[in-house]
Amino acid sequence: MNFIKLLETLSNKEILDAKGSRRESFNHIKSFGKGVALASIPFALAATSTKSKAATMSMSSAAFQASNTDVLNFALTLEYLEQEFYAMGLAKMGLIDSADKTVFETISTHEDEHVKFLLAALGDNAVAKPTFDFTGAPGGLNLDPFNDYPTFMALAQGFEDTGVRAYKGQAGALANDGDLLEYALQIHSVEARHASQVRRMRGEKGWITNSENTLPSQFAAIYGGATPESNTVQGGVDLAGKFGSFGGNGAVTAAFDEPLTMDEVLNIASIFIVE
Amino acid sequence: MKMKKSIEVKTQTVGRNRRNFLKVGGLAVVGSGLLLASCSDDDDNGNMMGDDVFDLGSGNLAVLNYAYALEQLEAAFYAKVVAGGYYQGASSQVQQLLTDVYNHEVIHREFFKTAISSAVSADMVLPELEIDFGADSQFDSEDFVINTAIALEDTGVAAYNGAGRLISVDDAAGKIYLGLAGKIVSVEARHASAFRDLKNPKSMDFAGNDILIGLAGTEPAFDKATPPADILSAVSSLGFIKTKFTAKAFV
Repeated sequence: MNFIKLLETLSNKEILDAKGSRRESFNHIKSFGKGVALASIPFALAATSTKSKAATMSMSSAAFQASNTDVLNFALTLEYLEQEFYAMGLAKMGLIDSADKTVFETISTHEDEHVKFLLAALGDNAVAKPTFDFTGAPGGLNLDPFNDYPTFMALAQGFEDTGVRAYKGQAGALANDGDLLEYALQIHSVEARHASQVRRMRGEKGWITNSENTLPSQFAAIYGGATPESNTVQGGVDLAGKFGSFGGNGAVTAAFDEPLTMDEVLNIASIFIVE
Repeated sequence: MKMKKSIEVKTQTVGRNRRNFLKVGGLAVVGSGLLLASCSDDDDNGNMMGDDVFDLGSGNLAVLNYAYALEQLEAAFYAKVVAGGYYQGASSQVQQLLTDVYNHEVIHREFFKTAISSAVSADMVLPELEIDFGADSQFDSEDFVINTAIALEDTGVAAYNGAGRLISVDDAAGKIYLGLAGKIVSVEARHASAFRDLKNPKSMDFAGNDILIGLAGTEPAFDKATPPADILSAVSSLGFIKTKFTAKAFV
């Protein structure tokens, strides 16, 4: 399945409903994901679905929500994007400030491992890697991130903050499978570590105050959305105006990161994906 | 003060669970393992420790009270930090970082207090914990402040990651709780990253191999997801939380 097909699948609720059984195809991860002893088993061998268990799983999950396969493919697509972005940046001589190289090598390694893990989890169901264009031409932009370091840094921040919000937005969809939810959370917080680091290297705070950012204006959607980063209502409680002695509303918004929906993320990612 | 909420639990489980208190706070943890303290059931005087010790409760309430406990600990720590010698002498940049994190943790703490209080009766809300980090002079030390901050933030990340799967999303409130855990855990991770970078700038430590783990044979690239019992045991062994409470749901 390619990226465009994924988009189509995600926008077609009837197909999602018809494929309900696919959401149970990840039980194999439970065995290879946890056992140290199994760590050396090639991923391909570990990817065996256990249909008997699948049949016993609850079908009560919300009907209009992506299957676990689709959520993992969505995550994989974002990880492909980050992986290729950092690999290209590190391969470009003279782009990355030598003092910053360790940081980007570290992030790059993590994205490689995230891709590796998701590919293993998805097995034959994994989407192929899309063709990326980091100039942003597919979205009508004309960026030069591999010759202009500030642009590279800005995109890195944008991708990491988007990644954090993207994983967060899928937690509910994965709640039907505790193991998958946990794996996603374990990636989610690493993306947040990355985001904090890149933001601070760019002179921003590690956390997001309101929806403020220093990215090019075309990327406002990274901090916006249906639940923007400037949100002050948590669990039905409006915290605005309640913490005047503790940083005020700015601190309230920074204390909580917000999710992006799958559609919101795909709109952002599509800027860099060639059809 | 007696905690009425535990009556129901006890009438159902007399004997067994009362032998399995997970003690949090000074007394009951030995080494790094959990101590399963036993309360004498023949003792009918109603004056046993168990009768007075708060329990986090069950289900989603237990997870919320657990998060509230961790946020109380973090907020108490940073309150001491911003009143301490290291902070006073730090650069304005570092002061801003510490102030921000202090504010965030206070907001998290007060948020949980409000959220839990709105969902259950007051006697089911974790009380304000007595927390003591020891001599104030420790807060003059950059090493103490930063290393403890790193430990607390990393622990917070692993704790929220490990608690996610314990949140029941069978009702609308549960979905909101899971969402909230996600909204907070990434901020804790942002904090951890910043403190780690402060200690060793532009190294790999912001997401270092000393804290990340591999999954299924990958290299380290994933945060830990640690079950509450292990977190509580570790936190307990630090000895900072003086108020005893139990977490029967997590034993």
